[in-house]
Amino acid sequence: MILEIKIAMLVLVIVCAVASITIKDLLGAAVVFGTYSFMMCLLWVSMAAVDVAFTEAAIGAGISTVLMIAAVFRTTRRTKD
Amino acid sequence: MKRLALFAVILAGVLFAATASEFPRLGAVDSAPSRHVSPAYIQGSQPQTHTPNFVTSVLADYRGFDTMFETTVVFLAGMSCFFILRALRRRGITEVYYYRHKPTGVVLAMLAPRRVSPHSSCFERIDADWTPQDMVVETMCLFMVPFIQVFALYVIAHGHYSPGGGFQGGVLLAASFILVGLSRDLRTVESLLTEKTAILAAAAGVCIYAGTGLLALCFGGNFLDYGAYASFFGVAVPAARSMGILIVEIGVALTVMATLVTIYKLVSSRGTVEEGL
Repeated sequence: MILEIKIAMLVLVIVCAVASITIKDLLGAAVVFGTYSFMMCLLWVSMAAVDVAFTEAAIGAGISTVLMIAAVFRTTRRTKD
Repeated sequence: MKRLALFAVILAGVLFAATASEFPRLGAVDSAPSRHVSPAYIQGSQPQTHTPNFVTSVLADYRGFDTMFETTVVFLAGMSCFFILRALRRRGITEVYYYRHKPTGVVLAMLAPRRVSPHSSCFERIDADWTPQDMVVETMCLFMVPFIQVFALYVIAHGHYSPGGGFQGGVLLAASFILVGLSRDLRTVESLLTEKTAILAAAAGVCIYAGTGLLALCFGGNFLDYGAYASFFGVAVPAARSMGILIVEIGVALTVMATLVTIYKLVSSRGTVEEGL
């Protein structure tokens, strides 16, 4: 895979990881965490681990985002800390 | 305390970064895994397991026990969610049920549930935080569901040869149910796959996996040695192994699908499985 795209993905992974634990809005944090999972999925593809990438895309970016949004919907949208 | 935690994280990061330079480069031919581990699987998996895909042969054959207990862990996660979140109906708490008269839009609040046919043109049950639904979104989401399910079945059945398998296929099947829940409401999902059926299916998936292993034991092989089916069913060893892995993958897919749908239902409805996202 092209090096520039790889570097962009790595930067995005770190940015999303930091953002998802610092954002106060939990719904936004859930969405950013989905982005993080998708970027991880692309990184797995770039390392030729297609099985892991598939699982990451389906579970990390798909189902767990839905579950987190459901949890935010049923609890509170703002964090206390 | 927060400063200390930050310091610990930064220290761990620096240590990780320092040791990461010692790792072999990605795909380096002279690193230890590339010299010993990878060739053993690349050259050994075809004669030993007769499975064309190394990943599948490692997942379902060399590491069959591991995958079996992973499936059990998924099942246990679903059961833990059930026991923690499921709110059983308690007496003394008044619950309000909302029914919307479709032609006029008048909403009736009832203190007791009434039976309303889902195909009724007069009344429909609605959630407390109901908003008018967009027909385009609902129709397109429901239109996508069969395609997702067919792709999921392909991923399960073609897991030997291509990336995929029981876990991914099960997740895709669960995603199709969750899509119905998101575009319609939770009661539609409940009518398609009830809570009882889902938990029974999850348990059945684990039993299918363990049963496949035990059956091999009965035919004189080791636990989860799919080659033992060959003599009993009168087929060649590769065909028997292929069938064994397919059955195991179906079990995994059943468990994963049913568990994820159950967790979604419980989380999105505060454990009541009445009104969802």
